Amino acid sequence: MTPPRIHPLGDCALVCEAAPPATIDCQRRIWALAERARLMPHVVEVVPGMNNLTIVFDPLDADYESLAAQLEAGWNAAGSADAPGSTIEIPVRYGGEDGPDLAELAKHAGLSIDEVVKRHTEAEYIVFFLGFQPGFAYLGGLDPALHMPRRREPRLEVPAGSVGIGGAQTGIYPAASPGGWQLLGRTELRLFDPSRNPPTLMQPGDRVRFTALEVRA
Amino acid sequence: MIDVIRAGVLSTVQDLGRHGYRHLGVSSGGALDALSLEIGNRLVGNRPDAAGIEVTFGPTVLRFKRATRIAITGTDFGATLDDVPVYSWWSLPVRAGQELTLRAAKRGMRGYVCIAGGIDVLPMLGSRSTDLGACFGGLGGRALRDGDRLPAGVPQPHKGIAFSPEEPAFGVKAPAWCKFVLVDEPLRRGRHAPGLAWAAPIRVLRGPEYASFSDKAHDDFWNEEWTITPNSNRMGFRLAGTALERRDKTELLSHAVLPGTIQVPPNGQPIILMGDAQTTGGYPKIGAVIRADLWKLAQARLNGGVRFIETSVEEARHALAEERQYVKQVETAIAMHEERIAR
Repeated sequence: MTPPRIHPLGDCALVCEAAPPATIDCQRRIWALAERARLMPHVVEVVPGMNNLTIVFDPLDADYESLAAQLEAGWNAAGSADAPGSTIEIPVRYGGEDGPDLAELAKHAGLSIDEVVKRHTEAEYIVFFLGFQPGFAYLGGLDPALHMPRRREPRLEVPAGSVGIGGAQTGIYPAASPGGWQLLGRTELRLFDPSRNPPTLMQPGDRVRFTALEVRA
Repeated sequence: MIDVIRAGVLSTVQDLGRHGYRHLGVSSGGALDALSLEIGNRLVGNRPDAAGIEVTFGPTVLRFKRATRIAITGTDFGATLDDVPVYSWWSLPVRAGQELTLRAAKRGMRGYVCIAGGIDVLPMLGSRSTDLGACFGGLGGRALRDGDRLPAGVPQPHKGIAFSPEEPAFGVKAPAWCKFVLVDEPLRRGRHAPGLAWAAPIRVLRGPEYASFSDKAHDDFWNEEWTITPNSNRMGFRLAGTALERRDKTELLSHAVLPGTIQVPPNGQPIILMGDAQTTGGYPKIGAVIRADLWKLAQARLNGGVRFIETSVEEARHALAEERQYVKQVETAIAMHEERIAR
């Protein structure tokens, strides 16, 4: 693998950016590096992105150069085998009020509704990273047949638990919010609960499967 | 207990923020002018990270149920305690039932009301800060409303200092009057935007995608007096000025963003991310405000201006060390004051 680019983001953070393209192997290495970075002195946040990792530190205590060197060494030493992750099952009610765009998605894909649900539930997804909202996971592994651009007019309110597709991504809205993704269904699971620790259902590196509780047109 | 008689435009419970959860999408939040909150806490004998009330602009009216000590820091609201004018940056004794009125701020944007013992709402994920986006923390995860009641904690002596409510008022020097806030500025081409009275100088480091912007964009970025548009909030300050063009329009993969990150969406108008900003983004980052200047930015007014001054990592660290030095001086002054009182 080509060496990553390590550069500052402001005076309190360093970014370790792997050479494109983003692959699952590279992402595993990012998670493994994240585990190591948590143990580095004066590091307060370790945030994986897509193909990159950002560490936030206290600039008065931490030695910038030394942290950059530790990141580089960490990257070289991190195998993808020691990446974390558990498997999470997410029961979904597809279609109807819970998934108002399911029929549209089937039309767009040229598939039947049942076939869309079959393909969405058959795949195993991987949590690449979290962001956008607390508990919102960027999932990789969507069947290319189900890729669909975002809605031209975003909805003003998407209910919490909505499962959607935006481009090549599928994901779940942890809280009610405006949103432009195509909505397939909804889950009752709580994706974010600040009274739990960890507060999110999913963590970077976890594997995710959707199961169909119900399919409506 | 504090009765919120009049909450005002946007008042929230904030401490120094929620740290260590950004990888799960949880923002840090916390007082945008963290330095002011920290000094306010020290003035009432609290730990620096105790929770206070962040008052945006005012006007706000609070009533204190019991005798206590309070401090108002940050911007100057022309505050009165039962109609008697009181100073900001002072430790003030308050009698049971007294009412604090904060008028609309003439300068600045945000002030902090700190109370001995701190605002004692339930900590969530290690912080009492209100997360307005995800609706948790603070008081019910929301901004304060008229009629709310806020619990005050039991004062715990911090570094051996515990003020009694009876002790007379005393003050410390506001950071705005200190030498360390002065910023060395290079001579500017001076492009004074009409209607902008004064543009706050904010020190910035080049961002990871700085080189992907055009030469003209670089000039504009450093020379413009950027207007802070009214749709700016605790998540981000949306700026208006000459659109910044990229020479290399490569799209980026999603990456972490932080308070102070300056991102440029396709319309070319920069956004400075603030405490409540989301944790990841995809827009190119032309720069990043240094940590030592984030509190100054928090005081910049809507429709007011900012200008960016390029700095280095070393200068940024020096600026932060100077700020810490100021906090130490305040601590020493308070400790000496206490010794005098004790004698």
